[in-house]
Amino acid sequence: MPADAIIRPAASPSGAAAGHRLPSWFATAALLMPTYGWLLIAVFLPLCTMLVFSFMNATPMGRAPIVFTLKHYKAFITQPYLVGIAWDSLVIGFWTTFLCAVLGFFAALALARATIGRARETLLILILLPFWTNGLVRVFSWTMVLREGGFLDTLWHALLPEAGSIGFLYTRPAIVLGLVHGYLPYMILTCYIALVTIDDAIIEAAQSLGARWWTILTRVLVPLALPGLTTGAILTFVPVIGSFMEPRILGGRVGVTMGTVIEDQFTQAFNWPLGAALSFTMLAVILAIFATFSGVLRRNAGGVA
Amino acid sequence: MTNVDITSVAKTYGQVPVLADITTHFAEGSFTSLLGPSGSGKTTLLRIVAGFITPDSGKVAIGGADVTETPVYARNIGMVFQSYALFPHMTVAQNVAFGLARRGIRGAEAKKLVDRALDMVRLPGFGDRRPKQLSGGQQQRVALARAVVIQPSVLLLDEPLSALDRRLRQEMQVELKRIQRETGLTTIFVTHDQEEALALSDNVAILDRGRIVQIGPPAEVYEQPKTRFAAEFLGDTNFFKGAVSNGALQLSDGTSLRTAAALPGNAKAMVAVRPEKMQIVGDGTEVEGASNRISARIDHVIYAGPALTYVLTAKDGTSLKIFAQNRTGTIHPEGSEVTLAWHPANTIPMEDAA
Repeated sequence: MPADAIIRPAASPSGAAAGHRLPSWFATAALLMPTYGWLLIAVFLPLCTMLVFSFMNATPMGRAPIVFTLKHYKAFITQPYLVGIAWDSLVIGFWTTFLCAVLGFFAALALARATIGRARETLLILILLPFWTNGLVRVFSWTMVLREGGFLDTLWHALLPEAGSIGFLYTRPAIVLGLVHGYLPYMILTCYIALVTIDDAIIEAAQSLGARWWTILTRVLVPLALPGLTTGAILTFVPVIGSFMEPRILGGRVGVTMGTVIEDQFTQAFNWPLGAALSFTMLAVILAIFATFSGVLRRNAGGVA
Repeated sequence: MTNVDITSVAKTYGQVPVLADITTHFAEGSFTSLLGPSGSGKTTLLRIVAGFITPDSGKVAIGGADVTETPVYARNIGMVFQSYALFPHMTVAQNVAFGLARRGIRGAEAKKLVDRALDMVRLPGFGDRRPKQLSGGQQQRVALARAVVIQPSVLLLDEPLSALDRRLRQEMQVELKRIQRETGLTTIFVTHDQEEALALSDNVAILDRGRIVQIGPPAEVYEQPKTRFAAEFLGDTNFFKGAVSNGALQLSDGTSLRTAAALPGNAKAMVAVRPEKMQIVGDGTEVEGASNRISARIDHVIYAGPALTYVLTAKDGTSLKIFAQNRTGTIHPEGSEVTLAWHPANTIPMEDAA
């Protein structure tokens, strides 16, 4: 244990020092404290609070006595339209993750294999640039592009003056587009990290054995980038399911997702317990999906670390 | 199992010429080492044969067919890399079967060939392991099996033993030579380790700044180096400079050295003598045939048990080194004046004169 190694050399040479020696668990605990302490305060406590809320009858404000109930967890049964909304959210989540994975993988591949030095740094900054702008501004700028008579239509009409509008604002593809734009950098970065560690000689070895680009892609690059793709998929899928800004602004009437429903419970309906219960239900669904997929991935990928 | 012909191949990166007009022939079934310091172009030449680099000019032919424009995957080469380059996500058997699958060989037939290849590299039963579970030497054996199992036209080895420790390297040299003999593959081997090159090869090619300065069997290249670079790069060498008179080399102190091969016609010339070819003789003692004699002073003695190294200064100021077997247990003391004698046949004129 590293903690042992740090303490022992100082303590063991003289017998007198032995009395001051700290138990080995102390150093380990001291090193872990800042991280786990922070996680406890910033993540675990709020989550626990929400979990407690989800069992309450009503939002604990005012004088009403606190009554515990399971009724909010029955929402999917008592209000069947929520099942449809949850399904829509999952479909949006799958599409966004899928498109991010395809685009992100190839962008990362180009970044890791086709560029060197300065060009690579410049491209990395361009990829990270969307992170530096306000999310709301990013989403609203898409409305300018996608609306009828917007930037996209202007371009389209410059080519075909007689054609109708191709603006697709307030549709599900518009929501997915906005979400892909927002979450693509995560996928690019996680894939990039996985791809950049692949030794050039491995690709060359595959070529020398007779593999063409398609075989190299499917048999070597994708399997070796799988850890990055998985991480990227989790980093994309989870927040996309809970997103409410993009569906609301780009989806309009069709933009009702679990994210917006939950947000409504907190900000409009002031029904925090229902919002919390819906959140935890979705969390359970997402964990169930990951559990299913991780089994599939492990079987396919074998021993890839 | 085919020969490889390189014709007028040149490659330049920006302003830097890496290879300058290389023309050479690798005979069918031969084992040729490309030996040279880093930057000499040996790896570039290997990668041009493999197809990873396209030469600016010139032709590469494998088995008589021009492959200069053929992409790597269609060249049917077997390549072994310094970093092993095994596919980490595949088992040993899957690694070896990868090239077979690209040739449409799958299933039971592939399994038979994979097992045979693993037997050949002495790793039977390792098929289900992952590369990570193997030692460096074992991984390099798998890489070798993977390259050989596809029956390539030519086997290209890019410093395959450099990452191994000394003992393992010597063990692998023996294995490599055995496998090359068994398969009969035309082999090109890049290395910067001169002993490795001498021990393994049928032919050694010495490269310097993008040119092959000498190519030939190891004994020929070692015993008869043509240039100062070849003599210096392969083993230790003593050089004598002087003027040519009466077919002998006249040193500045008047000593005359004879050579078996004719000295060049120039007025000035340089000869090379290997340190182990010279011996310390007593005054007046005649050693048969060793008619070249000079006197020198011993500066240092390096005692290494069975062998001794003397560092000396000759009368004309040339610093010398000689290797002596510790046969009698008598060591000449530092500071003593001695006479060195050797055969004219071991006095090799250099083509690039002083």
